[in-house]
Amino acid sequence: MSWITKTLTSSIGRKIIMALTGLFLCTFLVVHLIGNLQLFKHDQGAAFNTYSHFMGTNPIIRTIEWGLVLGFGFHIFEAFALTRRNKAARGATGYVSNHSEQNSEWTSRNMGILGSIILIFLIVHLYNFFWRARFGGLDKMGGDNPETRDYDNLYMAVVSSFHIWWYVLLYVAAQISLGYHLWHGFRSGFQTLGLNHRKYTPVIKYVGYAFAVVVSAAFAAMPLYFFLFTNDQGDLKAAIASPIMHAVASAF
Amino acid sequence: MAGSNPNAKPMNLTLNVWRQAGRHTSGKIVEYQVKDISPDMSFLEMLDVLNEDLLRKGDDPVAFDHDCREGICGSCDLFINGRSHGPEKGTTTCQLHMRKFSDGDTITIEPWRANAFPVNKDLSVDRSAFDRIIQAGGYVSVNTGGAPDGNEIPIPKEISDRAFEAATCIGCGACVAACKNASAMLFVSAKVSQLALLPQGHVERKTRVENMVAQMDKEGFGACTNIGSCAAECPVGISLENIAILNREFLAAKATSNNLA
Repeated sequence: MSWITKTLTSSIGRKIIMALTGLFLCTFLVVHLIGNLQLFKHDQGAAFNTYSHFMGTNPIIRTIEWGLVLGFGFHIFEAFALTRRNKAARGATGYVSNHSEQNSEWTSRNMGILGSIILIFLIVHLYNFFWRARFGGLDKMGGDNPETRDYDNLYMAVVSSFHIWWYVLLYVAAQISLGYHLWHGFRSGFQTLGLNHRKYTPVIKYVGYAFAVVVSAAFAAMPLYFFLFTNDQGDLKAAIASPIMHAVASAF
Repeated sequence: MAGSNPNAKPMNLTLNVWRQAGRHTSGKIVEYQVKDISPDMSFLEMLDVLNEDLLRKGDDPVAFDHDCREGICGSCDLFINGRSHGPEKGTTTCQLHMRKFSDGDTITIEPWRANAFPVNKDLSVDRSAFDRIIQAGGYVSVNTGGAPDGNEIPIPKEISDRAFEAATCIGCGACVAACKNASAMLFVSAKVSQLALLPQGHVERKTRVENMVAQMDKEGFGACTNIGSCAAECPVGISLENIAILNREFLAAKATSNNLA
């Protein structure tokens, strides 16, 4: 083994890969979230479908997409490698009585479970939206606009998926898991990279908490919005089409 | 007895103690009763009482590690009621007093659990893995000769204070015992940052961190997931900041050392 592979397979090396990929995936979450906010635009999905057409066809985005595949791949692979190593390190006999809740946060001890829930969600999510958008299976938008007529109608796929109760439940559960995962993961990433300083670490900690809450709540709001407030065409239900909801929808 | 509390009532306790005959045998929890324990006793003195009872009955006494009983040597190492060195913060087992418990309590006492810390007997564990990590780089090479003058190398007060904080690590292994991953990174980081902060440590700075981390991995300790149990349970309050320093030192050393292996 060369010094490079030795470094990257050492305990600290693997943690550094975890941290770098984790923080990279945080930037992906921001981009994904901002793009998806177009679901709330009240235009029968015109803006969202134009956006998803761009994301699916732009060569730069398609190249960066491979970086994302590698980011997820390494993050998941290192998680399994480190979990195996860490489980073995405890030894065959565990504690009869262990009150770790008295010395640490629940989220920090359960990153593997939280990550596994997110992984199951990711597989379902990719199959339902990404796979169908990339490899066919979606209806065309149609309509009078010659520019958008042939775009895939991913918006309607989103709307119909978000009217299935178990699908909404899976999404919300996954976003709660993501929130807890980020609660620990965000600041943990900085710590692993050695970025600990008495001036900045408290700031990183609270930015991480805010990031975890805002990102997971905003993602969870999407299935809940369609399930609770719209009909199966994505239009606001008449009964709850209050002025406030219209104000929110038209703000986009 | 001087300094004892005349109002302190003696306690009767139930102890669940891990008994294991030797390294390669299996062990189990055995229940014992101890009576008339003074709240002024240390936890280890309470175990002495138990052992005297056991010896009187002709039973095998419980083996446990201890030496100075002043909280500075790092020999004592009990996992008490699910916590390294018991429930009190910033305390070694020998400095934990029975006044922290109540009459009628049941106390579970286990050895440190880590693959790298095999159980010798009962509650006594073999922590020579820590010695081998220190031998791999936790030292400063100094040529023999006349002792240098104390203030010959100027060191800013702030730096010497931070190095001293890291140097207070007594190597008891409470961090490993408390960590979900049985990671030794708080221990290793205390030693690495102590020497990295001081000019005397700069000569071997890169090889030190490379070799100590390699030895730590070889011993089979886990990897840090920044849970923080270690720092919360550390009897001398070594902070997580040291692990960040260790990570920085390791990355910098790997990127710039002349070691190609």
